[in-house]
Order: sequence, then structure tokens, then C-alpha cells
Amino acid sequence: MSDGLRNRRILGWAATDALVLIVALFPVLWILMLSLKSPGTVTDGSFLPNEWSLENYSNIFEQGIFTRALLNSFGIAMIATVIAVVLASMAAYAIARLNFPGKAIMLGAALMIAMFPPISIVGPLYNMWRNLGLFDTWPGLIIPYLTFALPLAIYTLTAFFREIPWELEQAAQVDGATPFQAFRKVIVPLAAPGVATTAILVFIFCWNDFVFAVSLTSTSAAQTVPAALSQFPGASQFTAPYGSIAAAAVIVTIPIIILVMIFQRRIVAGLTAGAVKG
Amino acid sequence: MEAATAGSTAPARPARKRVSDRARAERRLGWLLCLPAVIVMIAVTAYPIVYAVYLSLLRADLRFPDDQKFIGFDNYVTVLSSSLWWSDFGRTMLITVVSVSLELVLGMLLALVMHRALIGRGLVRTASLIPYGIVTVVAAYAWLLAFSTPSGGFIPHWLGIEHDLVDQAHPVTSFLVVIGAEVWKTTPFMALLLLAGLALVPDEMHEAAKVDGATAWQRFWRITVPLMKPAILVALLFRTLDAFRIFDSAFIIGQNGTNPKIETVSILGYNQLLNRLNLGLGSAVSVLIFLCVMLIAVFFIRVLGTSRPGEGS
Repeated sequence: MSDGLRNRRILGWAATDALVLIVALFPVLWILMLSLKSPGTVTDGSFLPNEWSLENYSNIFEQGIFTRALLNSFGIAMIATVIAVVLASMAAYAIARLNFPGKAIMLGAALMIAMFPPISIVGPLYNMWRNLGLFDTWPGLIIPYLTFALPLAIYTLTAFFREIPWELEQAAQVDGATPFQAFRKVIVPLAAPGVATTAILVFIFCWNDFVFAVSLTSTSAAQTVPAALSQFPGASQFTAPYGSIAAAAVIVTIPIIILVMIFQRRIVAGLTAGAVKG
Repeated sequence: MEAATAGSTAPARPARKRVSDRARAERRLGWLLCLPAVIVMIAVTAYPIVYAVYLSLLRADLRFPDDQKFIGFDNYVTVLSSSLWWSDFGRTMLITVVSVSLELVLGMLLALVMHRALIGRGLVRTASLIPYGIVTVVAAYAWLLAFSTPSGGFIPHWLGIEHDLVDQAHPVTSFLVVIGAEVWKTTPFMALLLLAGLALVPDEMHEAAKVDGATAWQRFWRITVPLMKPAILVALLFRTLDAFRIFDSAFIIGQNGTNPKIETVSILGYNQLLNRLNLGLGSAVSVLIFLCVMLIAVFFIRVLGTSRPGEGS
């Protein structure tokens, strides 16, 4: 290939990359710009702020509703992620490594639940949770998140576990390691990347939920950020809440951007492994 | 779904015939390890859906708790004979078909960029993961606030439009904004699923076809697409089911579900259940949505021959 042709192709790809970047990031940039407008100019219709200000941010952190929702979102997503990853690791280990009847039923059931429409069980859960005292509590959200995160976690982990060279464990034992040593020194390091990837995907999943959050909570006791956003009051009775919404939206997007920047390769590997190799 | 038949594809060991102690212990351990996950999954889906079926046969209005009584299929008759259900159903189907088609085309292009770009592959992948990872409600607000005139959207401002693009009086633009938000948010996911399929297409086949004089267009349609068919079908299945269940973005862009012009079946169910507190009617809607989702899944798996992910290893 001549240098000229090669340069032109590189230029072509650079232009394509730039286009993808603009399309992917423009809405995020817009909400950031909106959040940086002073409350008086939020509705002025310009893309860039005419008056730059951090007032929207100070407003949302002064209103207890947002900080409390942020805490709920973090706590609930974290707990659900840890439990889901532990339970899914056990199941995925069994599916990837052991021979037992019912394995296919297990994967089939997980797949069915992945396809399940959450809205179909919101009514019964609403009723059940009120009777059981779980309405508007952390466990009231953790339980459904766990259910819907498990299929995702089991699929992703099974795909990763199938790639692990399990013979190494026996090899280590032949070399004189105890079973526990073999597990800790050989298997855990090999399994850790898959488990971490799964945890990231599950966290993103729980962090994102809106259907359960808006149906099964009613106060700041358990309301997560997406639910709180849809019910934001303005800074005062006379200002629309758009500035606050934009600022809160930026804050909840930051953890996602950090995760994506650090773990890009892992997330791509996790999503593709779970979907195709299964 | 007859998942049980796939059991025979599991590596059969000679131990099948006479179950040794070792095999029995392995079997027990396998069940034991799966049990907690199975319990959680069943308890929170199977029981509530059965309960939803039961509720859907009752007159159960939480505002009149003493008036609860068994009324058979009356709730279904009410729902299925209402024009509201059918208009919401049609709209949901339209959103599903339009957005999934757009996502397939754009996702394929994005997957090709991720797969073949000479430079910036990592950058493109990282940037595309941001719409994937962003909270759907946040994405919906970004789109709503960009297009809505009263909230100071920059798009009507740039275009010099005075009226609100996303209110009830403008159903077409409201609809397009929902589609836009949905496509923007989920195209990267589609692209990643397709990327996994692309990686399975051997380069040598492309090289060979190239030598034989096939154009890039011919190679794409004759080699890439046929080899990727299983990955494409799985991606379509996942996204179609997801799109049919659309709630978050249509709810937010429809001003908390109050814009009837972009009400989807999930929003209808939500409004019946949690705003009108009519558990009977709402549950009937829920059960109907569940049946639609099952029908779509069966259509993909039986008619189109989509392989269930996880089949074969």
C-alpha cells in the first residue's frame, strides 16, 4: 500500500472516529452545559451557558433529597452486586465445572428471567411488600435487583469460568499444594478478572433501574437517584427544577464514566462473552 | 421452553450408566451451588407472576378494599375492548420495530468501526460505552431538555421553533424524541453483541474473496452477514424484548407518564397499578405484557431459529 493511500485511509478512520465520539458524547456534553448555567439562565435556550455557575450543584447538595438518594443508590447497588456475584459465582462454577442433571434447565430459567418484563411483577410486589413491611426499604429494592441481576451474572461468569484452565489446580496439588492453597494461589487469580467484570456489569444494571425504584419506594428512606430525579422539586417554588435535574444527572454519570474509562476492555469482554459464548 | 432437551449436549461421561459415589457427590454439589440463585430467581418472579394472574381475575381496587371479589376474565375483557390498550400496544410495537431496525443498522456500522478502524479503536469503544452505561433516566432527561421549549432546549432555539416539540399537541416529534433517546442509548449494546459475532468471521475468507475479485459490499453480504447470522439473531432477540418493555425513557420524556401520545403498554400498566391503584385491571395489563414478551421470544426461537445463548459450549 502506498504511503499516500495509507494516509488517506488513516484520515478517513480519524474522521469516522470523530463522528462516533461526537454522537456518543454530545447529549452528555449538553446536560453538563445545562448544569453549569446559573439558575436564572437555565431556560434561555443556548447551548453554552451565558452565565457560568455552580449554583445548581450547591442547590442539590443543600436539599437533603439528592444526597440521601445518592446514598441509597450506592448502598443498594453495592449490596445487590455483592450478593448477586457471590450467588452467581457458586452457580456458574457448578455449571462450568460439574456434571449434573438440570444444568440446562438452570440456564434456561436464567434466560427466561432475563427476558421477564419487570412491570409484570411490580403490582404484586407492591402489594406483597406493603404487607411484609418491605415497601420503601433497602431490602425491598435489593431483592428484585438481585433477581434480575442474577441471570446476567450467571451467564457472564459461566462464560469466563469455562475459559479457566482448571487442570492447573490439580497440577498445583500434584506439586504438593493443599487443595486450599491450590484454590487460593491458582484459581482465585485466574477467576478474579471475570468476577470483577461481572460485578461492574451488575453494578451498572442496579444503578440504572427505574421501574422498581419508582414503584416500590415513596420517601427518601429508599428512593434511589433515578426515582428522585423524576420527582425533583425546584430550588424554590417558582423555579423549574431543570438546573437541579441536570446537575444531579451529571453527578450520577460520573461513576459510570470512571468505570468505563478504567475498565473499557473488561466491560467489552464481559458483554460479548456473556452474549455469544454463553 | 424445552430447555431440558439441551441437557443431552452436556459432556456425557461414562459414569452415566452406573452412577458412582463420586458422580453422585458431584451431582449433589452442583445442585447445592445452584440452589440459592434458583430460590432468589423463582421467589421474585414465579410467585409474583402467579399472584398477578390471580389478582387479574379479581375486582381489586385499593381505593375500595372491601369490594374485592372474583370476576373471572372481566378485567381482560375490559382491557382488550378498550381503545387505550390497543393504541398503546400499537405505539409500543411501532417504537420496538423502528428503534430496533435503526439500532441494527447503526449498531452494525459501529461494530465495523470498532472491529476494523486502523486508529482509535480503544477510544471509540470507550466513548460508546458511555451511552450504554449512563442511567436511562438521565439519557431521557438529556433528550427531553434538549428538545423541550419550556425547559430551554437548545434545539428548538437553534431551529427557531416557538412551540414545544415534546408536548401532547406534537405527537410525531414526541415520538421521534423517544426513538432518538432509545437508539442513542442502546446502539452501543447492539454493536457490542454484533462485535462478538464479527470476531468469529475468519479474515482468511475475506482475503480469499478479495483475491477472487469480490467487492467490499459483496463480501459483507455474502460472507460477514451469513456467518454472523446467529449473533445477529441473538442481538435482535435481546433488543426486541428490551424495546417492547420500554418504560424509563418514554415515562420521562412523556412528563412522568402523563403524555398519552407516547404512552407505552408498560406505562399503561404502571398508571393502572400505582396511580389508579387498580390492582385487578393493572394486573391484567401486566399479564398481557408478559404474554406478549413470551410470544416474541417464542417467535424468535422457533420461527427464526435463534439459538438460545448458552446452548452448546
